[in-house]
Amino acid sequence: MHFRSREAKAETDVSTLRIVKLEQDLLAKNNGYAEANRRYLSAHGIFALNLVSSPGSGKTTLLVKTIAALNETQPLAVIEGDQQTENDAARIRAAGAPAIQINTGKGCHLDAQMVGQAMQQLGLPNDSLLLIENVGNLVCPASFDLGEAHKVVILSVTEGEDKPLKYPDMFRAADLMLLNKCDLLPHLEFDADLAIEYARRINPRLQVIRISATSGAGMPEWLEWIKDGCRNAVAAKPEASLG
Amino acid sequence: MHEISLAESMLQLIEDAGHQQGFTRVKTVWLEIGQLACVEQESLRFGFDVVTRGSIAEQARLEIIETAGQGRCGKCAQSFPLTALYESCPACGNYDVEVTGGDGMRVKELEVE
Repeated sequence: MHFRSREAKAETDVSTLRIVKLEQDLLAKNNGYAEANRRYLSAHGIFALNLVSSPGSGKTTLLVKTIAALNETQPLAVIEGDQQTENDAARIRAAGAPAIQINTGKGCHLDAQMVGQAMQQLGLPNDSLLLIENVGNLVCPASFDLGEAHKVVILSVTEGEDKPLKYPDMFRAADLMLLNKCDLLPHLEFDADLAIEYARRINPRLQVIRISATSGAGMPEWLEWIKDGCRNAVAAKPEASLG
Repeated sequence: MHEISLAESMLQLIEDAGHQQGFTRVKTVWLEIGQLACVEQESLRFGFDVVTRGSIAEQARLEIIETAGQGRCGKCAQSFPLTALYESCPACGNYDVEVTGGDGMRVKELEVE
């Protein structure tokens, strides 16, 4: 009796079941927010960079030096992503730039909605530079478009040369690679040419700058690259938003 | 573990569809994942189980359909199956390879009641 009634129930279940076609991308929602950010940034002539790397690549030090070099002539702001603490935003503010810290908690990456909210809070000036320091993680941030002009991946020479092969998604998503801590090369067995060759296997169009935030080597080239981007963002600003 | 975020996005797509199309329970989800997509399937399954608790998709079966990676050589224009992003063109050895398929993640369809 018991079994029969269960079968009978199963039959009624089957009759109410139907198939719904969805065909929707899992990242569609994030991409929608990212497009909104991109429209806002381009309407205001703002050049935005999404800085990604492993933890400990020297991202924040590089950022502090970059701010110190540009601050006098270039309006800029920073969005800091970390799982915990205000430490990095405090370092950025001490360097003289307005900064908002987004604590992602357990989250391992920034998403476009968080960044859109932070942009509104910061009240970015027209024709400015927005530096977004993503959570230190070479995997997850690769998938999440924030609306930036470029992802910039920072690889330090104290890591392995084969990191681009191990984390290909990030090196494919980036347009520029900064090979950081190059002042340490004489003390290491790191083969810089090999690291660059690996990165370009993943992404043949990847631009590379060898840099040391500590010694200042390569900084002029990096700063020039940023200034070029800022000029282009201002030049590409739609006429309607002028004035 | 961005798989948790992806699982949350998946649940959101499902719940939105539920509101629009008037279903209250999801039995099966067919998810297409490209071989080259940046996602760990087991983590995604785990994330899906966690985020769907108490939702219309609680205990839904997650059917993952894997699609093959496809690449096209930027030099000789040859198309070929691509199993990893660091592979070169099998015809000419060039590394300038454009990914033409198998790098996405999409919810294909749902079995609902």
